[in-house]
Amino acid sequence: MFDAFTKSAARNIFYGGSLVFLVIFGGLTAHSHYYMVTKSTASAPLTEAVARGKRVWERNACIDCHTILGEGAYFAPELGNVFIRYGGDKDPAGARETIKSWMQAQPTGVPGRRQMPQFNLTDRELDDLAAFLEWTAKIDTQGWPPNVSG
Amino acid sequence: MKYQTQRVALAYFAVALALFAIQVTAGLLAGWIYVVPDTLSVLLPFNIVRMLHTNALIVWLLLGFFGAAYYLIPEESETEIYSTRLAYLQLVILVVGTLGAVVGYLFRIHEGREFLEQPLWVKLGIVVAALIFLFNVTVTVLKGRKTAITNVLLLGLWGIAVFFLFALYNPDNLGVDKLYWWYVVHIWVEGVWELVMAAILAFLMLKMTGVDREVIEKWLYAIVALSLFTGLLGTGHHYYWIGAPGYWQWVGSIFSSLEILPFFAMVLFTFAMVWKRRREHPNNAALLWSLGCAVLAFFGGGIWGFMHTLHGVNYYTHGTQVTAAHGHLAFFGAYVCLNLAIITYAMPHLLGRAPYNQVLNMISFWIMAGAMSFMTFTLTFAGVVQVHLQRVLGQGFMEVQDQLALFYQMRFGSGVAVVIGAILFLYSVLVPRRAEVIGRGPEAPAASPAE
Repeated sequence: MFDAFTKSAARNIFYGGSLVFLVIFGGLTAHSHYYMVTKSTASAPLTEAVARGKRVWERNACIDCHTILGEGAYFAPELGNVFIRYGGDKDPAGARETIKSWMQAQPTGVPGRRQMPQFNLTDRELDDLAAFLEWTAKIDTQGWPPNVSG
Repeated sequence: MKYQTQRVALAYFAVALALFAIQVTAGLLAGWIYVVPDTLSVLLPFNIVRMLHTNALIVWLLLGFFGAAYYLIPEESETEIYSTRLAYLQLVILVVGTLGAVVGYLFRIHEGREFLEQPLWVKLGIVVAALIFLFNVTVTVLKGRKTAITNVLLLGLWGIAVFFLFALYNPDNLGVDKLYWWYVVHIWVEGVWELVMAAILAFLMLKMTGVDREVIEKWLYAIVALSLFTGLLGTGHHYYWIGAPGYWQWVGSIFSSLEILPFFAMVLFTFAMVWKRRREHPNNAALLWSLGCAVLAFFGGGIWGFMHTLHGVNYYTHGTQVTAAHGHLAFFGAYVCLNLAIITYAMPHLLGRAPYNQVLNMISFWIMAGAMSFMTFTLTFAGVVQVHLQRVLGQGFMEVQDQLALFYQMRFGSGVAVVIGAILFLYSVLVPRRAEVIGRGPEAPAASPAE
């Protein structure tokens, strides 16, 4: 098998090339980090409430049923754009209220349907969660998802 | 077993297999919840079941890697493991952390980033265990013979630990969070884990085919070069829609399309080595798992990955059952098969006996491989229908899910078959018997004695 290509040549290509690609990747990530903080997520302020809302999101492992920006489990609807789906682009206060009352109404108890648990969130936690979902819906995601269904 | 300390691997493999059983059980339950959705919805909601399924998978695969490292490093380095005490201490930390996490999940004690749900104390325990492990194996390698297999294996294992550190960084900005979350998730499974995979496959080929080390190690470096050259920038295929710049659509599409190359190279490598083999190794089951690993990783990781990696396609398929289909066959092919291959190879040596229960073991391969393929097909069909109804026609998520019921029923059926295959596998490696279910034909003359 191609004798000119020796083991030490292969090894040197591996170590040298990997290092080059690692540096390029690191550089592009650093730029992306900067771009996210200053551009794509900068249209809405990342308030204390948004940060607390993200912790509520995590504490209840929402991502192990739902997706957010397409990542997570695929058992329950996409929530990256739920704020828009609930009409938040036209009536933000209404969408926030809809998110809160949805959470409070669970589980539906309809037999044979997927059930969302009742997480017993406080009013403040619900407000924070709604703020987080509102902030997330304003991220510039290069036009994804294709439509409001998520 | 040439070195006494290789025995450490036995404990690692045993714990790994126990978690494998938990993983497929949780998977079966999750598959059932898709069919009868209100099952256990209060006692054990879907998110907890899924957490058990994915976390048990990740931990058992890692335990398998650690076991494989403890098994093969003494043979490669031609020296005993530096400290078996440290190796067992590491295992105890991992077992306590894992049991703590599993029991905690049942009581809703967890963090909430996908796959990284482990509480902070478990994450820190993993870091400590990884440090102990890396110290132990690195010192062992440094005092013994250095080979390409140990070089690549160690680099992969160090990479696993270094990139896991990003799991400890959880910024408030969801976009930035995702940017570095993929440093753990993608760079593990489509980067450094591939180094571990290629190194273990190279070891198995070296032992079972008897081809020259020089040839095998050249292949190894070529494969892992392809892995990192494509896999690092291939991370870009996760940066399309999370708020990252638009250039990732091109970088990600081009490099992640090329991620098929290392998997194809592994197919060529394993089949070429078997073709050029200089001995007939008695452990045919281990050889079957090794070849199956390369082939199924190529289809699951390579083909199914490519299917939805171009940004124009991914725009429609991102976050649908298409992703789930790819995830299942990729993990099974690349990493489950790899672990079952090294376990099938090592167990007879660890127990000091000739290969046993090979027929049952090989039947379990075909059941699991067939069932996982079937599961992948059903999820792919479900995904295609979902993409059309939801992403093209714009129907609501739950409305679409109702129309996928048939696919989920078929998926559950394949899940039952996977569990049957897993039970057969566990029986075949854990309960050694004297005679095979079917006797062998006369031995072919071997060119040189097997080891």
